[in-house]
Amino acid sequence: MPHDHHDHDHLSPSGHPYREDQDGPLSYHQQMEIAVRELLVEKGVTTKAEIAAQITAMDNRSPAIGASIVAKAWTDADFKARLLASGSATCAEMDVPVEAMELIVVENTPDTHNVVVCTLCSCYPRNILGLPPDWYKQREYRSRAVREPRKVLSEFGLDLADDVRVQVHDSTADMRYLVLPMRPEGTKGWSEDQLAAIVGRDSMIGAAVPQA
Amino acid sequence: MTNSATADAGRRWHDMGGDPAGQINRDEHDYALWEKRVDALMVIASKKKHFTVDGLRRVLEDMGPEAFETMTYYERWIHSITQNLMEGGVFTPAELGDKMAEVAARGASYGEASLGD
Repeated sequence: MPHDHHDHDHLSPSGHPYREDQDGPLSYHQQMEIAVRELLVEKGVTTKAEIAAQITAMDNRSPAIGASIVAKAWTDADFKARLLASGSATCAEMDVPVEAMELIVVENTPDTHNVVVCTLCSCYPRNILGLPPDWYKQREYRSRAVREPRKVLSEFGLDLADDVRVQVHDSTADMRYLVLPMRPEGTKGWSEDQLAAIVGRDSMIGAAVPQA
Repeated sequence: MTNSATADAGRRWHDMGGDPAGQINRDEHDYALWEKRVDALMVIASKKKHFTVDGLRRVLEDMGPEAFETMTYYERWIHSITQNLMEGGVFTPAELGDKMAEVAARGASYGEASLGD
């Protein structure tokens, strides 16, 4: 686990810097986290091992899981039909439990582009994409994605044709969305692994489209 | 706010959809260990029925817009988790106070305060 607090100069495995507050002086909220964690262990609510296992499980969830689901849907018409009919049950088939929420998979078509937001908080298909990007949780995206989605997408570098309908899905605590992007031209005969490699996180939120 | 008074009736600050807002900042950061631990505590404590995601959100929403603007995501979460656990009787405010003092006395950095863990 990358938590050696003397390890100042290292970037994380994904190349992003850690927050400065990991190595800086103890903050009030870090102090609270340590205190609550230790109290929960002392009270028998959890164990150090259980917390570590939960963090490992979280670290193992990444957009690669979603990408493998998308690639399978692109190559297996029956799977895709099941996925669109029942996202949660079909992800469970692939050993991706969606737990206490309903996953709805929305398909991009030449006529309709889907984009996902949570205007009320930060609901996100964490089991399939990992933790959400910072911008997904911020006021600017949450406010604007439902009022001017085309402009927001354009700022993300995705300029949609005027005749493409934009459908915005507002998540809730109980209902999460995954965008099934369109398979790009020029990928005929590609394996599932090759296809999964071009499916990025943002394309499954609807903020990008995969490029061959 | 561009919404009329009628449209705003009963609408709380966290209901942000459609509000005017500025440029989206697309910088990203990886989560620090303490932030992942906050997330893990939420998952574990809610799975064990000490409180629910609705309880988490109630406190986050009651903290108001100023907390949203001035505190980071997991700072707000640990505040809410702690409040919910005290309401649920898992520990008392006095126990929390004693433990926080004990933690702070261990050292000035997170690593020291967390006993190198």
